[in-house]
Amino acid sequence: MSELKRILLVEDSEQDVELTLAALAEHRLANEVVVARDGIEALEYLNRQGPFGLRAPGLPAVVLLDLKMPRMDGLEVLRRLKGSPELKALPVVMLTSSREERDLVESYALGVNAYVVKPVDFSQFVDVVKEIGMFWAVINQPPPGSA
Amino acid sequence: MRTSARGPSIRGRLLRASVLTSGTALVTASVAFALYDVHESRRMLVRRLTTDARIIGSNSAAALLFQDEKAAEATLAALRAEPDVLSAGLVTPDGRVFAAYSRDGGPVAAPAAQPGLPHRYEGGVLVLFQDVALEGSVVGTAFIRSELREVSQRIYRYAGIAAAVFLASLLAALGIATRAQRPIAGPIQRLAEAARAVSSRKDYSVRAAAEGEGELRQLVDTFNAMLAQIQLQDEELRAARDGLEQRVAERTQELTALNGELEAFSYSVSHDLRAPLRHIHGFVDLLQRRAGDALDATGRRYLDTIAGAAKRMGQLVDDLLSFSRVGRVELRRGRVDLQRVVQDVIRELREQDPARQVVFRAAPGLPEVPGDPATLRVVMGNLISNAFKYTKTRERAEIEIGSKPDREETVIYVRDNGVGFDMKYADKLFGVFQRLHRADEFEGTGIGLATVRRIVHRHGGRTWAEGETDRGATFYFSLPLTGQEAI
Repeated sequence: MSELKRILLVEDSEQDVELTLAALAEHRLANEVVVARDGIEALEYLNRQGPFGLRAPGLPAVVLLDLKMPRMDGLEVLRRLKGSPELKALPVVMLTSSREERDLVESYALGVNAYVVKPVDFSQFVDVVKEIGMFWAVINQPPPGSA
Repeated sequence: MRTSARGPSIRGRLLRASVLTSGTALVTASVAFALYDVHESRRMLVRRLTTDARIIGSNSAAALLFQDEKAAEATLAALRAEPDVLSAGLVTPDGRVFAAYSRDGGPVAAPAAQPGLPHRYEGGVLVLFQDVALEGSVVGTAFIRSELREVSQRIYRYAGIAAAVFLASLLAALGIATRAQRPIAGPIQRLAEAARAVSSRKDYSVRAAAEGEGELRQLVDTFNAMLAQIQLQDEELRAARDGLEQRVAERTQELTALNGELEAFSYSVSHDLRAPLRHIHGFVDLLQRRAGDALDATGRRYLDTIAGAAKRMGQLVDDLLSFSRVGRVELRRGRVDLQRVVQDVIRELREQDPARQVVFRAAPGLPEVPGDPATLRVVMGNLISNAFKYTKTRERAEIEIGSKPDREETVIYVRDNGVGFDMKYADKLFGVFQRLHRADEFEGTGIGLATVRRIVHRHGGRTWAEGETDRGATFYFSLPLTGQEAI
């Protein structure tokens, strides 16, 4: 297994952050997780602006993006990422409670790389998060520039 | 003169009729006068020439008697004054020409006299005889042959005058008729134009001008009154239709707004209601891992119950959302091969639970029905998996799927020999979250049959069920053959 790459988790719910980190930790994938609490913060991190102005350069291997968030929602973040020449290659996975078809349709229309509905059952959730983490942070070869 | 495809205009007909009438009268009168005139002028010619012959006779009687040819010829020469006279002569009783006169100076033959006929016509020539008497005895016969030039010239003149009079009076008649037909043809023509305008433009506000007299005026007035009535009715109809459209538009708007609210509601349910359930389940799980060993059996059972309840709630939310989606999603019109759908459903059920021994009897003649393929598949799936579920306590489970084609609809049924139900609950079966069994007996949220009913209703069909406790159940639904959806 190759080295673990960084994951950006964009999630406003504290509980969800904790559960996701717990799920990742269960499979030793949680070491390199950065958490942004809404869309604005995620963009600031990725663009190295605001509080992240001094962070070391380099992009995460994948962005796990929640849909419903305060200030800026997941679809808007996705739209900006895919519209940015520097960031459009960055893999984005929607990780959401929503099973609504229009969210699914719009996400894919904007160019999302994967769309995952969080299961209510925690053990299923753990499995799902593990699969995502393993694939994007370990197996997948990210675009150049990721760290 | 304007003519239409159906013949000459009324103006033309009236003109023609009046010119024809006056022309016929004129011609008849002219011909009658001409005939009378020819007759009269011939009579006068005969009378004049008879007089001439008589004079010649009495002047030549002595000459005849004394055989004085010269004197007789001198008398005859007086006929030179009559340009139409071709020849004349005196004939002795033995038939010899005694003296003669010829306009061109040629020889003169005596015409045969017919007794009792003092004059006759021979090929346009008048031949006239007059006995010459002296003291009571006939001494000879005078004859005159004369052309009828004078008569024919008279006829020609007469014809010329008649033609001139005819032309002049024809023109006059035309003028008078043109003027006279105006008050008749005018109103009718304008009435026809108004009618044409109404029918071509569908404009019932057009009115024919109030003109004409008597019946014509009555016709125009009645026509206008009829138009007014039609216009009124047309306006009423239009108003009614506009009102109806307005109401439909309002209802549609209300429905759209309501539908929008419903969609927003289910959207936020989808997002917001599932999250806390995931959290409950997740944290119970984490708690079990961290402190499970410290809890006694009862405490661990409590945690299991919390996790189970959260999971079940999640299932209910998901089912409710999909039920709501079934009501909102747009149905596509298509053809659904029920035979194939049923085979697919059976295969999936067998794969899910290979240990179950179930006898499926799907009638081979399941029809192709009009409807939305995706949702009708859900209907068949729910009904068959229900039958599959409620026969699980049977040693030999049997499920039969069939159809009863009707004239206006197709009825599909799914029959099983499972636990059945009490018919007094038959109405409740298709309600949302209605269950006739405890959750620990048969799993499920009670949304399947409600979904079936909603989809079938949207296809314009009906659902019903028959059953008996512990003796199986049959679920029916119908689909109209026309494929009209009650969306």
